[in-house]
Amino acid sequence: MTDISALKAGLIADIEAADTLDALEALRVGAMGKSGVVTGLLKTLGPMSPEERLEKGPPIQDLRESVTAALTDRKAQLEQAALDARLASERVDMTLPADGGPQGSVHPVSQVMDELAEIFADLGFSVATGPEIEDDWHNFTALNIPETHPARAMHDTFYFPDETGRHEAAPAAEGPDQAGRKKMLLRTHTSPVQIRTMMTQAPPIRIIAPGRVYRSDSDATHTPMFHQIEGLVIDKGITLGHLKWTLETFLKAFFEREDIVLRLRPSYFPFTEPSVEVDVGYTLVNGQRIIGGDGDAAGGGWLEVLGSGMVNRRVIEACGLDPDEWQGFAFGTGVDRLAMLKYGMNDLRAFFDGDLRWLKHYGFSALDVPTLSGGVGA
Amino acid sequence: MKFTLSWLKTHLDTDADLPTILKTLNAIGLEVEGVENPAEKLAGFRIAKVLTADKHPQADKLQVLTVDHGDGQPLQVVCGAPNARAGLVGVFGVEGAVVPSNGMVLKKTAIRGVESNGMMCSTRELELGDDHDGIIELSPDAPVGRVYADWAGLDDPVIDVSVTPNRQDCMGVRGIARDLAAAGLGTLNAIIVPTIAGVGPGPDVRTEDSEGCPAFFARTVRGVTNGASPDWMSRRLKAIGQKPISALVDITNYIMIDLGRPLHVYDMATLKGGLVARKGRSGEQVLALNGKTYAVDASMTVIADDEAVHDIGGIMGGEHSGAQDGTTDVLIECAYFTPERIAVTGQALALTSDARGRFERGVDPAFLDDGLSIATDLVVRLCGGSPSEATRAGTPPAALRTVAYAPDQCLALAGVEVPADQQKRILESLGFGVAGDAHSVEYQDGMPVSVPGHWTVTVPSWRRDVDGWPDIVEEVVRIVGLDHVPSTPLPRAPGVARPTATPEQLVERRVRRTAAARGLAEAINWSFLSEKEAAAVGGGDWTLANPISEDLKVMRPSLLPGLLSATKRNVDRSATSVRLFELGRRYFKQGERATVGFVLAGEKVARGWQTGKAQPFDAFDAKAEVIALLAAAGAPVGNLQSFGEASAAYHPGQSGTLRLGPKAVLAEYGVLHPNLARQFGLTGAVVAGEIFLDAIPAKRKSGALRAPYAPPPLQAVKRDFAFLVPDAVEADALVRAVRGADKKAIVDARLFDVFVGPGVEDGHKSLAIEVTLQPGEKSFSQEELEAISAAVVKAAAKLGATLRG
Repeated sequence: MTDISALKAGLIADIEAADTLDALEALRVGAMGKSGVVTGLLKTLGPMSPEERLEKGPPIQDLRESVTAALTDRKAQLEQAALDARLASERVDMTLPADGGPQGSVHPVSQVMDELAEIFADLGFSVATGPEIEDDWHNFTALNIPETHPARAMHDTFYFPDETGRHEAAPAAEGPDQAGRKKMLLRTHTSPVQIRTMMTQAPPIRIIAPGRVYRSDSDATHTPMFHQIEGLVIDKGITLGHLKWTLETFLKAFFEREDIVLRLRPSYFPFTEPSVEVDVGYTLVNGQRIIGGDGDAAGGGWLEVLGSGMVNRRVIEACGLDPDEWQGFAFGTGVDRLAMLKYGMNDLRAFFDGDLRWLKHYGFSALDVPTLSGGVGA
Repeated sequence: MKFTLSWLKTHLDTDADLPTILKTLNAIGLEVEGVENPAEKLAGFRIAKVLTADKHPQADKLQVLTVDHGDGQPLQVVCGAPNARAGLVGVFGVEGAVVPSNGMVLKKTAIRGVESNGMMCSTRELELGDDHDGIIELSPDAPVGRVYADWAGLDDPVIDVSVTPNRQDCMGVRGIARDLAAAGLGTLNAIIVPTIAGVGPGPDVRTEDSEGCPAFFARTVRGVTNGASPDWMSRRLKAIGQKPISALVDITNYIMIDLGRPLHVYDMATLKGGLVARKGRSGEQVLALNGKTYAVDASMTVIADDEAVHDIGGIMGGEHSGAQDGTTDVLIECAYFTPERIAVTGQALALTSDARGRFERGVDPAFLDDGLSIATDLVVRLCGGSPSEATRAGTPPAALRTVAYAPDQCLALAGVEVPADQQKRILESLGFGVAGDAHSVEYQDGMPVSVPGHWTVTVPSWRRDVDGWPDIVEEVVRIVGLDHVPSTPLPRAPGVARPTATPEQLVERRVRRTAAARGLAEAINWSFLSEKEAAAVGGGDWTLANPISEDLKVMRPSLLPGLLSATKRNVDRSATSVRLFELGRRYFKQGERATVGFVLAGEKVARGWQTGKAQPFDAFDAKAEVIALLAAAGAPVGNLQSFGEASAAYHPGQSGTLRLGPKAVLAEYGVLHPNLARQFGLTGAVVAGEIFLDAIPAKRKSGALRAPYAPPPLQAVKRDFAFLVPDAVEADALVRAVRGADKKAIVDARLFDVFVGPGVEDGHKSLAIEVTLQPGEKSFSQEELEAISAAVVKAAAKLGATLRG
């Protein structure tokens, strides 16, 4: 008996002392292999009588189980240690840079146009479009700007040569037309979309029309191409009061400020009557104009942001609608200018330069989609 | 339109302070563009007398003065002005004063070793004139010590308002005063029109162009002495930036600004015979007062005598016939020129003037006689001489218009309730005549009911712009104040919210944000190109007649030139990798086409610790963008056919088009043609593409429901095939053939290897394709798999492909 328990103690001590898997395997073969000591002892049980086996069997079985368990445990320990060692050897400098891929951006003008579409969607305005190459009837005449009107001189218009002929996309105007021929030009404002909408769509109408417009002008605040957005409401019983509310609601939503103060000034546009120019109050903060607050307060001032008014009866008439039945308002503003005021750019020319550094700084992430739930809206 | 506060007060009796006046001007539609008090910048300058003047010991051209500036302590001042001398009274800047012309702060200093306190000033230094030859010399009795600006009457704020094109009446100080009076800021002084006791017949003037110049009134004044205009007049003119010239010229300018009435004065000695307003004749020329010569023609109205044209009617007088210093006999012209004619002439000659600005807006046609009398009276009073009777050739269109108006139309259009009596008061104070009752009685069901009355409003002769009831509402509302208009919520449209963006816009948004998410930066480039740039991409259909520059002349037929120019600018700023896109229109005779363009230039992958050397973009990077953006736009990407034949902008062998059928090109892309790259100064690989959004068929709307779908229960099986094909066979054709070999079982076929080299015979290539087979309800049997394989091999064989052993 003592032989077996001594054997067991010796084997287990050897197993626990084994420090490599190979050494452990050698011990396993020495103990449990075909000619191992434990295997040899187990073999002695076969020829024994049942009585003898009952007496000598259990210690031998115990020896086998203990040694097997010790081998399994030790193997697991050694394998874990080997894995730990391998992992330790695989350590890399995780401060090395990972390539994040290129960063794209959405131009602030596009972002602002999406913001405006969202704000006005909430007020029930649909988006309308029209051609940028226009005829002078839609751009001027239908808007109550006759050929000799001083207002035509207010726009520095880009014209195409007379022989260029008619733009296929511009349907023949139904209104009074000089000599039946159209002078083609680059639209100087988005207002012709008002005309096109009123001529093709039955009232009530609520639209906004964003897009590129062109004037022959170039300095830090003027570029020969820029962006406008036009708004038009034609319905029954629409008054200047509705215009005022709409502009207040829109500008508050756009600038995301409750303290937007508007100053409405009577003005003149041939296509509206009464006509109203809209200033928004700003406050000087560290020398920067921040939109919001009363422009008449100390340190404040006013910035002109919008032209608007009640649609002139002549314009409604020119579009084939009865001005005694339908009336409404229109407004127009510069999208680039709104972007500059909200996001603080100061040079309009940079908008059209394509400088990647500027686009990265002032651009928007693809997933920054303006939404009502995300905070843009009336 | 500039005027001074004191000038305004000659017409307006008011106690209102300047801020109130400015605020009211803005509120009634006369936008204040600026206000400046010249006295503020002259605060530190006083009248001073030079007591002694001695030569500077160290400098020939300097003098050392002692100057009395009124505090009893004469100061020593070093002065370089040649006219500085003892006894001179001038303007002295004390220590601490800021010189307006250069912002210099005066302080005690030493000039060539001699102490100097303050400065004796020239007119230019004080921005009072251009003279810098010497210091200002005032009259010897000017009060020494007094603040110069006070004494000189410069303490008078100059107000600059922007007058809208419809308001000719406010192109005169009196019109502005009238508006302010209507707005409750005092009362408008009555205008005093002198009676001229003319002696002798009026001058020989007539009009032969009743369309362009319906009325030509004139008087002569003989025996005048032209000299400097009086101080009050020249001071006001100077304050608003008009240069005083001589009394006769200043009088016409003054009346133009004061009353909005342009006039012209001729030196009769320069005229041969009478004056006639007539159409210009081709070949005629005028040397105008601005020193430039203008050719006139029959579309313009001119004033001519028997020999020559003297005046571009209503726009600018001639150099030869204007009043001069020695002029003794003058003819004063007070005419009415038709606004449309003036506008057309002014535009044709590109000539602007104060007179044109007023005539083309339409001057008061009922003010010819009065204007002429006021001018004649001023000439006689300031220059002497005796006036003739007036000649009145033609008739101005002075018939008064009336407008039918009901006071409740104010509420209907402007949304603000203004009591009828208040409306009447406003209109009358603006010069309108109001006839009719505020309320009238109507019988409804036999009972009397008070309803708003109907007015006949007579429009004053100076308000050419008013011709309908909305104009009357506008007048009432602007004087009441727009801040009284109540903000009224726009009613919400009933029903379920519908999309407000058009399908095209929704597509554009998706494409834009997809491109940005894929790492491209959105640029906005000019819609116009130079002719050379346009020619490089096929030429444009639309060329501007009046471009702002040759670089911005032709409407773009492609987005590439704009993107390439932007790329070049970025490369010049040492950008190593450029990924730009733009979403905009291309312009053709047939219309404007919504397009996405992009350019990838420089490094696709920068050199890196993992990736090694930097990698350039290739044609397949362009193809990947095109396909991703087409997918975002909703194009059926799986059904597109890949063709070569991209435009000449691209490398002929490394570019392609994606089409839906042979004609419908949805996109083209590839490596940029080296010639085009070079034209834009770009080297290295530049790849680009354009997607023609309007060519993409609109997705049919099919409601929210999707086709029913359950993932198949059995696993898909993959089989690889390697084919040897002639070089000319395009990979896409082979993949399509394989995919079509068994439309039921084959759900995908993907090319995963291209090999040319040992084992592949010359003129051939090996293409390896992974085919995905999707079993239906039960697994494929061995026989079925073999049949599918055979079908694949057979389909490929039609293209000359053989299975590689």
